[in-house]
Amino acid sequence: MDFEWIKIPYALLSLFIVLNYGLLMTALVTKIGARAGRRYGIPIYQNYIDILKNMALRTSLTHGVMFYLGPVFRLSGGVGLLLFMPLIFGSEMFSNFSFAGDLMLVLYFIFFGMLGMALGAGESGSPHAAIGVSRGLSQVTTSELPLALAVFAVALQYQTLSITDIVAAQQHGWTSWTLFTNPLAVIAAMFSFLGSMMRPPFDIVLAPQEIPIGPPTEYHSSYLAAMQTNRMIFAVAKVVVYMNLFFGGASNWFELFIKVFLIYLFSAFVGVCFPRFRVEQSVRWFLVWAVPPGILAILLV
Amino acid sequence: MKKELEKRTVTGPDGQVFEVDPLKDYFCEATPTVQTGEYLQIVEDLFNWARSNSIWVLGFGTGCGAIEMRPLMTPRFDAYRYGVQWRATPRQSNLFIVSGYLSVKTLKRVVRAYEQMQSPKYVMGLGSCTINGGMYWDSYNTIKQLDDYLPVDLYVTGCMPRPEALLSGIEALKKIIREGRGEGANIYAERFEWYKANQKKVIQDWDMPDYNW
Amino acid sequence: MRDIYERLLKTFSLGELIEQRPDLAFITVPQAQLQDVLIRLRDREGFTHLVLLTAVDWIEDNQFQLTYLLSNREAAVDLGLRVMIPRDEPVMSSIHIIWPTAATYQRELKEMFGIDFLDSPGIDEPFILEGWSDIPPYRRDFDTKKYAEETYSNRPWRETLDPQEHMKKQLYPDGT
Repeated sequence: MDFEWIKIPYALLSLFIVLNYGLLMTALVTKIGARAGRRYGIPIYQNYIDILKNMALRTSLTHGVMFYLGPVFRLSGGVGLLLFMPLIFGSEMFSNFSFAGDLMLVLYFIFFGMLGMALGAGESGSPHAAIGVSRGLSQVTTSELPLALAVFAVALQYQTLSITDIVAAQQHGWTSWTLFTNPLAVIAAMFSFLGSMMRPPFDIVLAPQEIPIGPPTEYHSSYLAAMQTNRMIFAVAKVVVYMNLFFGGASNWFELFIKVFLIYLFSAFVGVCFPRFRVEQSVRWFLVWAVPPGILAILLV
Repeated sequence: MKKELEKRTVTGPDGQVFEVDPLKDYFCEATPTVQTGEYLQIVEDLFNWARSNSIWVLGFGTGCGAIEMRPLMTPRFDAYRYGVQWRATPRQSNLFIVSGYLSVKTLKRVVRAYEQMQSPKYVMGLGSCTINGGMYWDSYNTIKQLDDYLPVDLYVTGCMPRPEALLSGIEALKKIIREGRGEGANIYAERFEWYKANQKKVIQDWDMPDYNW
Repeated sequence: MRDIYERLLKTFSLGELIEQRPDLAFITVPQAQLQDVLIRLRDREGFTHLVLLTAVDWIEDNQFQLTYLLSNREAAVDLGLRVMIPRDEPVMSSIHIIWPTAATYQRELKEMFGIDFLDSPGIDEPFILEGWSDIPPYRRDFDTKKYAEETYSNRPWRETLDPQEHMKKQLYPDGT
């Protein structure tokens, strides 16, 4: 396959669209969460202001090279996840750099940012960051487990490692979605999804109400802005993975927006209904409730 | 001076012996410098607008007034809709609300936390205790004027002020920031010697670096 | 209450029993016998809970009064033991062996009154005041107002009203 240079501006365009959509959508979901608590909630453009303010801070300080690289790794994790995945099915413009084995790469990228973050936060020397990293890594590792199982089940089911092919196989009406052809894998994956979206009941790692705010304890000004940007991109990109694998993909931007919003809303919905787990509780929860459906899904395929 | 801040010799895991001077090795000795704004006034105005609409408060209650900050997160007052958020770490916060009486022991922690915040940063004194001592005017252990020790942008009067007063104080602070007058960090840097002298006068066992980055 | 007192009197030389309420009484105990009385009360009479340990400065008598307030939860009665110690040489034996919580009270008393409790853990560490160099602030010869005025700067235009006079003026402006 020869490389087409025109893909680069297309990929940047999709990045731009996804960033703005992520900023607005997360604000909207926060607002919905606030309304569930009978609050008015933040303005819809609050995320833009926060990022602008963080970039506008006049001072910043560093704790070493890795401290710089932490947010960079994190951001590249989110951006990389997005770039190697077909966003819109059947569109030459927005299938980005997807290739035959991109499913493996995507799985790797989901974890990549977290590892970079762990190194950067460790360099900051704050004990709260170290606690946050160890909590976060243990929780994410266990929540990755059902996702990996579900992805393997799906790959076995369709006999391919290409996301585009998986999406293509789901294009015969909504009954052909993985959601209905392999429900156990979807259940395992959606449980894992809850764990990685940093919403209650699994947000003890990053919750600002906790005394140690987690890995970003020492991060400030433009570092924090980079991480916030990543959070927006990563949230959408991750949901797009789910949408492609389990919910039939999207054939235009509008469908993508709706589907991403609904899948994201699922985690927000669970979040406003349930209180927060401690780390050992959430680890146990993942192992007891999310891993068995994943194993079953593989066995049944 | 605390024991862990004194000079000492340490033997490393590989048998190498070296001297550690924590104040020099672990902390930066540089004093704060005056940070100028952006070159273009219109950019600075935009940034000031962003700063005013995204005020992150350090979740550090120094006195009884901390109880007035909590209702602001609840449905009744909901400060989030004004862009106010509480952060758990001074690195990410912009506004320090000194809520209520400030004992000397707390002042030490307040100074440390304030110096770790990133410029531009703002200080709000809440309640009459921070203004002139309030009902603790003859106490042996609480300071009477907050602006001797930190550059205060705004005072909210009352004993205690209601959460509404705090909200209106935040609105007033937004105006101050938008007008470009929220330069507390630069005032602190300019008059650093004076502030330090005042702080050291009341904090008798000064066991930390002069400036905590 | 009275029967506990009678039983204690057989072994110890105690002061008068002052019954303030049916469920609250105070006994004055000699300094040397305090530990034995406490152990006896805890083990035999069911006073298992140390409610508080505090001090009073009787500057006129040149004495400190230590009050050990004990509670018997089952019978719902409180008993206070008073120990008078000389003000010139405020040294007392520690009771942290009987109640470990007492160590915190003793640290506080050491800092606020300057009463030394022998062998109490962490007795010399700063409790609330860090680096205090004046006389202990809860002693009555310590002038709080003077200290505050000397140490902390006053805001110049502050006026302090005498509450009694002020309220009189507020409530009865015509001076009746």
